[in-house]
This record gives sequence, structure tokens and C-alpha cells, in this order.
Amino acid sequence: MRRLFGAALFTLAATAALAQPVAVPPFASKPDMARLDYDLKPRQIAPGTWVIEGEVADFTRANGCNIINTGFIDTGAGVVVVNTGPSRLYGDQQRRAIERITRAPVLRVIELNLHPDYFFGNQAWADKPTQALAGSVAGMQAEGGAYADNLYRLCGDWMRGTESTPAREAIDPKTLPQVLQIGGHRLELRRLEGHTDDDLVLIDHTTGVLFAGGLVFTERVPTTPHAHFARWIASLDTLAQWQAAGQFRTVVPSHGPVHSGGAGIAQTRDWLQWLTARMQDSAERGLDLGEVLRLPVPERFARWAAQPAELHRSLTQWYPQHEQRVLGGVSGAR
Amino acid sequence: MRSLRRRTVLTSLAFAPLAWAQEDHTGGDPLGSMQYPSLREQTIGKASARFTDAVIVRGPAFADDAMNVPLLVDARGLNTVGGGVARIRVSVDRNPVRQVLDFEPLRALPMLAFRIRMEQASPVRAFVQTRDGQWHVGSTWVQAAGGGCTVPGITRADGSWSRTLGQVQARFFNNVIEGSRRLRLRVMHPMDTGLVAGIPAFYIEQMELQDPGGQPWWRIALHEPVSENPLITFELPPQSPPAFRLVGRDNNGNRIDAEVVA
Repeated sequence: MRRLFGAALFTLAATAALAQPVAVPPFASKPDMARLDYDLKPRQIAPGTWVIEGEVADFTRANGCNIINTGFIDTGAGVVVVNTGPSRLYGDQQRRAIERITRAPVLRVIELNLHPDYFFGNQAWADKPTQALAGSVAGMQAEGGAYADNLYRLCGDWMRGTESTPAREAIDPKTLPQVLQIGGHRLELRRLEGHTDDDLVLIDHTTGVLFAGGLVFTERVPTTPHAHFARWIASLDTLAQWQAAGQFRTVVPSHGPVHSGGAGIAQTRDWLQWLTARMQDSAERGLDLGEVLRLPVPERFARWAAQPAELHRSLTQWYPQHEQRVLGGVSGAR
Repeated sequence: MRSLRRRTVLTSLAFAPLAWAQEDHTGGDPLGSMQYPSLREQTIGKASARFTDAVIVRGPAFADDAMNVPLLVDARGLNTVGGGVARIRVSVDRNPVRQVLDFEPLRALPMLAFRIRMEQASPVRAFVQTRDGQWHVGSTWVQAAGGGCTVPGITRADGSWSRTLGQVQARFFNNVIEGSRRLRLRVMHPMDTGLVAGIPAFYIEQMELQDPGGQPWWRIALHEPVSENPLITFELPPQSPPAFRLVGRDNNGNRIDAEVVA
């Protein structure tokens, strides 16, 4: 049994090395900066299930800083919303877009991690239960102000009226995994980790849709401000096992196109392994951060969105640890 | 082609008198910075300096971490000019403290890599003096959201700096660039800028790399903008001795004294 398991892991690793490209459809929305209209267009991907796709890109004023996929499930007994976008305006417009599709009441709003575009629309959902893992709620509370400063600088008027409003209900990780039978949908919440300390994923067993949160990026350089690389890779292995076992077919990453199968999981894994190796090797060779920023990127990653800005952010944050590690022991302490 | 030329002529006619009428407030700076003339005077006094591509200054396209902006300076292009490089002074137009460091390569190569804090987007300059006394300037523009000078560093914030003050990590790396033996040094020091309320300026003033005979191979003076726990990359000749000693002091008189062994 153990041997079989090892063979399965080996197969996963081989699959990851050959991460397949995923087609990126053109950005469906045409954001209007003058009217501050995100032009949100829900797209149905499964029975009762819609996504509102952000641009596969970095934050810009032209895209309204709308780079996240949010979603909602109309279960037949009420609506479950996943993530609320980068601003108060987004939350307002998301809510109206959902109301155009269904008149069913929203039961709860689930936020998959602590990053700002997962919860900065919460002001529009003040009358509904907004929920996230307890660790994510604590992170939202601690870092929300800094997120707001950064997004106001990057996105300007799109942020008008936005105040960091963390999820109000903390999900105790000890209660997970948790299956919720809501209307005609059997939803399961599970906790993984590595993109952040607390990564919530939502599997709809009725439709085979996985809302993967920040664990899966597709055709877009993964963001790493709260990453733990080894744990993240382990979580991707877990997701790949669940996918191989048929627990879901459709993957909704938070950033990048919705797709079938394991391509996004494999792409993210490939990137994290490559980035870790690039930093270790460069540090061992004695390269300075400024030199590593200028090294070319393999062809399979060069086409990805947010390149090279997101890579530079990751290197700037994480490479110094690798440099310090290879410098070794200290001398000359007082 | 003809219309293009015609348009060029018209454009120059339209704008040339205006340009002549205006005084150049940038001292001929190719980056067009009005702060350049005062920066030059602060850095090299009344001497003149010529802009040159022989002095390479490289920064990131965007300073993602304004407290650790990686800079590379390479003045090897002046090795055969004016008797070679005597000193390199790095300064930043738009920082509240503008002088960054003063490096005398002595027997090392005239290049180094280091990190600084930046308060806002700015040109970064390397003023290089050759042994004939002439100054040469290389520049780059670094975009930054800023704020790097006016927030406390990590070890200042968590109070751990006093336990590690003056500790040195060092390692040699061969074959990184042709004709050099690379030395990377990290010295634990908070490098307080004096711009954070209640924390006076506290920084490494002087460091020197000495061979076993006590001869200096390079000398460097740091100023407040150099990042916390400075990590500096030097390039020594391949035939340099296996062991050195790093000696220095900060502006409070704390001494740095460490073996640097391959």
C-alpha cells in the first residue's frame, strides 16, 4: 500500500513537470473608469454555479484592480457567495449582478483567505454572515489597513469609500472538513495551507466544482506574500490526489481561467518548485538579489500574466533568506 | 520621409527659442532632475562631473521593498581612464538623507552591490573619481512607492538588534564574474536613519578589509540610507589572500572586528 502511494506521488511529480498550458479567454468585462463601473458579467460554469472573472493580469487602474474570480452558488435554498472582490464598489456591483441572476436570498458569504481582493467588498454584505477561517480573520484585522493603503495607491478612485471590513464570523479549523447540505448542493469546506497560513477550499460535490482560492494560479504568476513554499506544494499534492480520485472536475482558481482537470494545480506546483530551486541555486552561486532579478525566466513561464512584476515581488521578499542561509556562521560578535 | 523631416524642422523651430530662453536647472542631467545640481555639490563639492555610460548603476524596475532596494555599481569601464578608479560615492536625489556610501576600492575591483532604503522614486547616482581627480557620473532611475527611510527596521521593531550588533557573516564565491573572487559580507547593525521618532541615527561609519599584514584591500564609509544588517558584495582579485580581517566602527564607537576566511 505504501509502495503504491509512493508510485502515485511519483506520477504526480511527473505530471507537474509537464504542466499543460490553459487557454486564457479575453477579459469579458469592459471596466469604465469614468463611471467606476466594473462591468461584472457572471458566467455559468455548472448547474446553479456562476463565476465573475477578473482579468488575468496584475492590478491596474484600467482593469479596476479586478483580477480575482469571485463566484456564487444558487443552491435552491439560497445563495452562497465566494469572495467579495477588491473594493466596496466591487461588492456593491457584485451584489447587483447576483440579484440580476437570482432573486433567492444570500445565505452566507465565504472568503477563502486573508488577501484584500477576497474580502474588500464586504461593506456591501454587511447584512449577511461573512465567514473566513479564524486565522484569516485575524490576518484581515491585522493587515487590512496596510492593504487599503496599497490598493488606494495602485487603484485610485476605484477604492472610493472602501474600508477594510474583515469577515465577521470565524470558522474554527477544528470543525473542518465540514459538509453542508444546502438545497440541492452538497458543499464541503476544507482547510489547506501554504499560500497563506489558512487556505479555505470549497468543493461542490453536486457539480464537481472546486473553488481553490489562492492555492491554485493558472497562467498567472502566483503571489507569495504569506507563502510557505513547502506546505503549499504539499497542499497542491493533496489537491492533485483529490482531483485524481474524482472529487472535483472543474477548478475555479482565484486568479486565472476556470478550467477542467489538474493543469492549474500542476502549473502552480511547477512554479513553486522552480522558484525555490532558482533561489537556492542563485544563493549558492553567490548572486546578489539585483542579479537574480535580471536572470531570464524559462519559456513555459514567460507568457504568464503579471510577469515579471510578480516574480520580482517574490524574489525581493524571499531571496534574502536564501542569501543569509548560505553565508553561514557568524564571527566578530561583541 | 520628406514629411517626417519637415515636421522635425518645424518642431525644432517651434521649440528651440523656448529652450534657449530657459535656464537649465538640472545641470545637464540626462534624467532631468532639478535636485541634481545640489546633489552634486553635496557629494563632490565644487568639482565638475561628466555623465558617462562607463559607470553602470543598476536598480530594480520597481522598488518592491523600499527598505531593501538592491543596487549594483560597476565602474570597471574606467579602469583605463585617468589612472583608474580612486573612489565611488553613491547618492540619491530624493532621499531625506541623500549620501549613501563612499567606497575606495584600493586593491579590489571598482564595483559593488548593496541595498538601500528609499523614501520615494528617485534617480540614484554613482560619482566616480579617477586617480587624475576627474569625476564621472552614472545614474539610474528607481521607481518606488517609498516610505523606506521613515519606518523602523525589523530588528529595531522586535528589539533583537542589541544581541547581534556587530556580528559578521562572510563567504567567498569564485567564478561569478570573470577575473574576480567575490566576497559577500553581512554585518548585523540596525542602521537607524534618525528619521523615525525617538530613534537617533545609528549606523556603521567605516569598514576596512585588511590582509594578514594589516594592508587595506578596500575601505568603505556607510551612511544612514544603507539597509539594516548591510549585505554588501565586493569583488577581489582572484589572487587575493585566503584570509582577511574586517575592522570598522559605528557612529557610537562600537567596533567591528571579524575574521573573514575562505
